[in-house]
Amino acid sequence: MNVLRRARLALLAPLLAIVVALAISALVILLIGEDPLAALRVMVDFGDSPSQQTQAIVVVLNRAVPLFLAGLAVSVAFRMGLFNIGVEGQYRLATILAAAAGAAVSLPAPLHVALIVVVAMLVGAFWAGIVAVLKVTRGVSEVISSIMLNFIALGTASFLLTGPLRGSREGSSIITTEEVPESGRFPDLNGVLGALGLAEPRTELYGFLLVAVVVGVVVAVLIKRTRFGFDLRASGLSPSAATASGVDARGMVVKTMLISGAIAGLIGLPDLLGAQYSYGTEFTAGLGFLGIAVALLGRNTPVGIALGALLFAFLDRAAIPLQFADIPASVVTIIQGTIVLAVVVANEIARRLTRNQAERGNAVAPPTTGDGSTGGGQGPGGGPPPDDGPGSGTGPGLRTATGDAGRTDQPQGAKA
Amino acid sequence: MNQSAPLAVELRGITKRFPGVVANKDIELRVRRGEVHAIVGENGAGKSTLMKTLYGMHRPDEGEILLDGRPVSFRSPADAIAAGVGMVHQHFMLADNFTVLENVVLGSEPTRGMRLDRAEARRRIRDISDRYALGLDPDDLVEDLGVGDRQRVEIAKVLYRGATTLILDEPTAVLVPQEVDELFGNLAELKREGLTVIFISHKLDEVRKVADAITVIRRGTTVGEADPRTTTAKQLAEMMVGSELPTPQTRTATVRDTAVLQLTGVTVATPGGRPAVDDVSLTVREGEVVGIAGVEGNGQAELVDAIMGLRPLAAGTVVLGTDDITSWSTRRRREEGLGFIPEDRHRQGMLLEAPLWENRILGHQTRPPAVKGAFIDRKAARSDTERIMRDYDVRAPGPDTLAVALSGGNQQKLIVGREMSARPRLLIAAHPTRGVDVGAQSVIWELLKDARAEGMGIVLISADLDELIGLSDTLHVMLRGALVATLDPGHLTPEELGSHMTGAGDNAVGAA
Repeated sequence: MNVLRRARLALLAPLLAIVVALAISALVILLIGEDPLAALRVMVDFGDSPSQQTQAIVVVLNRAVPLFLAGLAVSVAFRMGLFNIGVEGQYRLATILAAAAGAAVSLPAPLHVALIVVVAMLVGAFWAGIVAVLKVTRGVSEVISSIMLNFIALGTASFLLTGPLRGSREGSSIITTEEVPESGRFPDLNGVLGALGLAEPRTELYGFLLVAVVVGVVVAVLIKRTRFGFDLRASGLSPSAATASGVDARGMVVKTMLISGAIAGLIGLPDLLGAQYSYGTEFTAGLGFLGIAVALLGRNTPVGIALGALLFAFLDRAAIPLQFADIPASVVTIIQGTIVLAVVVANEIARRLTRNQAERGNAVAPPTTGDGSTGGGQGPGGGPPPDDGPGSGTGPGLRTATGDAGRTDQPQGAKA
Repeated sequence: MNQSAPLAVELRGITKRFPGVVANKDIELRVRRGEVHAIVGENGAGKSTLMKTLYGMHRPDEGEILLDGRPVSFRSPADAIAAGVGMVHQHFMLADNFTVLENVVLGSEPTRGMRLDRAEARRRIRDISDRYALGLDPDDLVEDLGVGDRQRVEIAKVLYRGATTLILDEPTAVLVPQEVDELFGNLAELKREGLTVIFISHKLDEVRKVADAITVIRRGTTVGEADPRTTTAKQLAEMMVGSELPTPQTRTATVRDTAVLQLTGVTVATPGGRPAVDDVSLTVREGEVVGIAGVEGNGQAELVDAIMGLRPLAAGTVVLGTDDITSWSTRRRREEGLGFIPEDRHRQGMLLEAPLWENRILGHQTRPPAVKGAFIDRKAARSDTERIMRDYDVRAPGPDTLAVALSGGNQQKLIVGREMSARPRLLIAAHPTRGVDVGAQSVIWELLKDARAEGMGIVLISADLDELIGLSDTLHVMLRGALVATLDPGHLTPEELGSHMTGAGDNAVGAA
């Protein structure tokens, strides 16, 4: 009963948000003179033949894998109240360097893949680590520095691609790195599809799906079951209480950003090792930003993020069929955008509702804050909280101080 | 009772339910015009809910509210203010960097054209200040004012909006005895001018001193009205809790020779300005309670932070037992036997939106029973939380309840239980009974006394002077960051202590 109620409450907000988003999107489609129902039909139409249908499922899953990893990377930081907007730069830089490393060496298959994965994670972690170091040593807001580092990462990646790491022939229209040889590619999962009795699709189902599942499980266990995860969540729920309990706030910022960055490093690998085999100008972009949306949608839990990633992947797949049906593909972007907005609003409403319920002694609601997505400001530099109006998540405070003024009466700002 | 006097406020059969709880049930309250009417009851007895009802912050499920004999229905505090009901909150809601004038008019500014009519505002505030002897200068900055003055600004704010009935929520909680007397003087002025004051408190001596009538609330309902002239504090307390009033007294010395904590020349700097903690040296021995008295804001919080390792020292050393822990992290200090009951449990002691069992782990993340190696032992954490709930009388549905659902007293008992369970060598108890009811207060006092008898060293910081005098073996007075006096709590009255706290009687009261 209790469990059911929890689950219902946890699902209510995102579901409601999706319904609202669809309604708004339908309105937009109507306004541009198209038929929303027709658009919906196109979006859910996976094709006629079994092979087409399997193909559609493979496309959705292949898209969902990097989205899931991106959401996971963002959510780890969110959980302790850090806003890692730099996932985009982290994965782009990680992917090009991993591609270059993979193409440069020659190793037996499992080792080769492992090397590429390790390089990608290290580069991602390093790039995110810069953000963490700036934050703990200089008090630079991670929002600002990670956005800025995105530009630097993209610029660096472009430079590397056109300069030292260029692998494609001079004069070709698409510039790429050297291809990763056979031994560095990830085997596909089409055999599994066959075993499930599905028709053979035209393209491969990424084997990296398994890695993503493992990473998801590891992150879930890390956050929910370990001491480290407890410290991390405590820092997200109340930086001041976490510090008083002995959590080293600076250390937590660094560790969390390193983990977030390492996961971000994996985002490009499903495409790199499963289909593209090289990084180039055409390589999938924007996954880092979509990851923020997916993390919000999934309320920072691995299962939720998986569902969010699948939903976004499903919407993305619809872009091409929509164009065939003469409906602008940007309908998909509109739906995604409104879903994110609606989810942010719905999460906040749900958070307040559950909190009010809990305050009235009816304590069944699941904790919904601490995901950093909705609760209060991400105060740059984590200055001292003006007042601990419970639930106002200030950015992770590196200083534990309350101001010296205001010890006596906790000024709460003026209120008539 | 004189039934012919007009009733300023009358509540009839007020019932307010929240899902699963009845916060107020059949409340009967009759407040006559021009009297100070006290409402006493334990925390969690329903005083706040009742006052929120009267102030329009929510609507009662049953019953009616009558002002001057007319039934009213408030949809919001704005309605209540319009009807002449004003509220002075326990925690001040003032903007520090504004003047008294700006704070008072904020939200109901007199305007001339589009501009704030300062002259008109100043005239009216002066008028209010003179009429009720509040002694306010409209052009003072609030940040320069002491606690007592700030409270008078709050009162002026309410009067400025034309209130004829004032609700004061625990107004004396933040004041030293001298300031309390001043406040009572102000209340007498208000009464003389025909205003009605509803005074919420659980300090029974004060209530008896200032109130004309007392209504006692227990478990959400009114248990009766008492006449302060004929009722003793003990009788009142028994009405409140249905049992005997606990006292903090401990007179059997349990102090041993071994020092558990030694501070030498501890100094905490503030960015620009005099140090928040100035060259503090003190020793806590096994089985000793060292009390630190002082007006809040005189460096006690910073001293606590320094001992816990939450704030860097500019100078000095902290020695726990025989170890110099000055350079240790907070976690290591906790592991080596420092327990901590923080002054603001919501800020430093709890994760409000986490379940109780996670709060059991907080601060003890590296120690059994709640953790096993690198993993959290959820089962053990839950069962140990249940044990704490049993042993320390934490009233909650279960270990999965969110901390926010508990009353302040129960939250505090959980924190105390959690810290005691780790058997610390030294416990820092900052305001351990602040905002908890009489029942929880006596439980916490007993626990502190037992721990002291077993040889725990305790640093006690409190604003409750009776608590300080009653529990402490040694009492230091902290003023402007320094320890200015060491007193023997055996021969000390709260009034004497209060004058030491304000700098031996001179009027340099105020926040640091």
